[in-house]
Amino acid sequence: MRKKIRFLLIFCISLQTAIAQTDIDGLMMQKKFFCVGPTAGYSSFKNYWEGTLKRDNLNMGRVSTTNFMIMGNYGVTRRLNVLFGLPYIKTKASAGQMAGQKGLQDLSLWLKWVGYEKHLFKGDLQLMLIGGYSTPVSNYSPDILPLSLGLHSRTTTTRFMLDYQRGHWFGTVSYSYNFRDNVKLDRYTYYTTEMHYSNEVRMPDASQWNFRAGYRSEVIIAEAILNKWTTLGGFDIPRNGSPFVSNNMDATSIGINLKYETPLDGLSVVANGSTVLAGRNVGQSTGFNAGVFYIFDFGKKTKSTNEKDKGKQPKK
Amino acid sequence: MRKNLLYTLLAGILLNGCSKSIDEQNMHYPMLNPTKPDANAGTWKPILLAAANEFACPAPIATTSPDYVIQLNEIKSFQNGISNEERKLVEYWGAGAVLRWNEIMRELVALHNLPPYQNPDGTYPVPSANNPLAYPTFPFANPPYAARAYAYLSASQYDALVACYYYKQLYNRAAPFTVDPTGIQTLLPKSTLPSYPSEDAVVMGVSVEMLKLLFPGDQDYINQRAEEHKRARIIAGANVRSDLDVGEALGKLVASKFITRARGDRAGAAVGNATLWNKLKNDCIARGEIPWISQESPERPPMLPAFGAVRTFLFDSLTMVTAIRPGPPPSTGSAQLKAETEEIYQISKDLTRDQLRIAIFWADGLRTYTPPGHWNYIAANDFANERFSEPRWARNMALLNMAMMDAAVVCWDTKFTYFNPRPSQMDPRIKTPIGLPNFPSYISGHSTFSAAAATVLSYIFPSKAQQYNDWAREASVSRMYGGIHYRSDCETGLVTGNKVGAYAVNRGHTDGAE
Repeated sequence: MRKKIRFLLIFCISLQTAIAQTDIDGLMMQKKFFCVGPTAGYSSFKNYWEGTLKRDNLNMGRVSTTNFMIMGNYGVTRRLNVLFGLPYIKTKASAGQMAGQKGLQDLSLWLKWVGYEKHLFKGDLQLMLIGGYSTPVSNYSPDILPLSLGLHSRTTTTRFMLDYQRGHWFGTVSYSYNFRDNVKLDRYTYYTTEMHYSNEVRMPDASQWNFRAGYRSEVIIAEAILNKWTTLGGFDIPRNGSPFVSNNMDATSIGINLKYETPLDGLSVVANGSTVLAGRNVGQSTGFNAGVFYIFDFGKKTKSTNEKDKGKQPKK
Repeated sequence: MRKNLLYTLLAGILLNGCSKSIDEQNMHYPMLNPTKPDANAGTWKPILLAAANEFACPAPIATTSPDYVIQLNEIKSFQNGISNEERKLVEYWGAGAVLRWNEIMRELVALHNLPPYQNPDGTYPVPSANNPLAYPTFPFANPPYAARAYAYLSASQYDALVACYYYKQLYNRAAPFTVDPTGIQTLLPKSTLPSYPSEDAVVMGVSVEMLKLLFPGDQDYINQRAEEHKRARIIAGANVRSDLDVGEALGKLVASKFITRARGDRAGAAVGNATLWNKLKNDCIARGEIPWISQESPERPPMLPAFGAVRTFLFDSLTMVTAIRPGPPPSTGSAQLKAETEEIYQISKDLTRDQLRIAIFWADGLRTYTPPGHWNYIAANDFANERFSEPRWARNMALLNMAMMDAAVVCWDTKFTYFNPRPSQMDPRIKTPIGLPNFPSYISGHSTFSAAAATVLSYIFPSKAQQYNDWAREASVSRMYGGIHYRSDCETGLVTGNKVGAYAVNRGHTDGAE
């Protein structure tokens, strides 16, 4: 019998902490700078929440996800950045009979805009508005959870972010609303809490709170992260049942993120880890990611991704 | 610039706020308006009833009596200020009683199609019909359980409708919209047949009793649907209260006959016990073969190992063993099984997206209506298009579902006669995207069910035979794509299913409905 759980959501969250200058931090790339690089990551869980009941599953063992990703961030202006990310994913269950899956997952694109800046209490305050869109780039099935590559739902995200830095210390808080499109299955009926005669599944939207704080300098960023993902609807995995794409998946996770600007001009390395503290219909996943980034300067200026500190440059 | 960007983002929010509602196919069935009323269905041969009039049905009161007028007024009071919701209810039930109660059964099967979680000591609890709401809830509606449930529901609906149509002709009481054409609106196509007893109520009465037997923990839901059904008939102006009350009572009487059979058909003992489980294994070893083992953790006893002893509808057990049960699978030590195992490994290793689609489409695994349910859905769509009368719906569903139940019995008999290991037991490199069933491999249940169903449906719609057989073959090969069956499991399953289906077709030739 198949018994599966869901890892993917947690996986996505950890991806978002993978590097600096993501869609969810307060950093901006300078005008005409293009930062790009590969990341690799691994996350896994043994325990998961079946509804609110925490359990393991001897027929899955440890469910793991390995990801390789290319990410990039281009500074259109100092206050408007365009970002993208594209992961390749491989899933595996350490026990039982279920086959792992592999392939390209979803392409995400982001517009990140600093809408308001103010010098306040000897620090700098930024209000940011971020819009994101992610869409599957391969025809993977979302119907073999937890080993599916993803949920195969086109998602539009609107994020409001507040970032404050004073000296080298900073804090960032953001709230996101994720509009998730219905997904299609390879079958024409399915059961949620009732029978459905359609291949289309109505997806509940989701919200996300993200808090991060720490040290930010020209050379180093070190931050702690608290993330809370809440699915606004959906149903629980039934007793001893399989996860389903429209489950009510919630997760609260903590993590750390480190970044080091190497002495080589424009080259930086990042590493982070995160773990889920509490959840519902998700795996209690722990993951690590690492990446290398290089900045191409199309504007021929100095290179640092930690713009905040170089960033006392004149505003346009 | 700043403003434009803000507008773009806001527009994104608004665009995505648009409707996510899903178009459910089962809400599009046309209202039942049979091309052929089958007024003589009372003469068709019942399955269990000794005769159409085995159960008595009282004569109706005259349409001129004061009590009848009161019943007409009940309709008028329901129709006075009818709401949109009530109209929807009428349309929903107006698609057909056999259709809707079959659909309700499919939903209950899907709800209950989950295996019990293990006990702390690694054994597994067995659901109990006497305590259906305690975990593990009763039943575990796995494919054999479901196949039998669909058969009992459809066969009993058929017998109930034969009885109903017998009494319709006998008493010939006109429908309320004929008695009072100016006072009663009809929200449904007008039936030309007498309305006493109501065919809808007969189907509802018999279905409620069968569902209570098969899904005893869901009686509240079942009763609620029954009340809804009756109300829809009154609102529609299709039946007066006495059409419904008498029909429901007749349905319940017919159900009693099927319930007695179900209680004695040995399905209750199909779970077996540790003695049987060990014997199956030891007998297989004694034959010099590698026995099937559970690849679940903790090891789970095989699913319903004694289901092969359940009483069939279409033939007796001697016929099953001598004329239908296939010969043994390739020996576990043979070069053929080795080659067939390698074939499955190669498929599973480089599964294409289209093979995965087919494996998922036909998987009909946990939390689904099972493969027999899938074929019920296929049949329901075609029957609705064909505009069958209620008794013809029931007769064809009964042929289909008796064939699939008997296919389940033959298949399970074969599985536990040979106790053959799955491909993944022979080669642990083989993994599955759809889940590994916890019972022996030979023969494939999906293949047996599907071939039996395709044979019956091809008999009902000869022009669609090619399509049904193609689907059956696709359902069959989907199990190879799933990495859980050898080619010989699938091919022998198809041959066996066709044989079982032929018995249903033979019954169809002699039941008086052709």
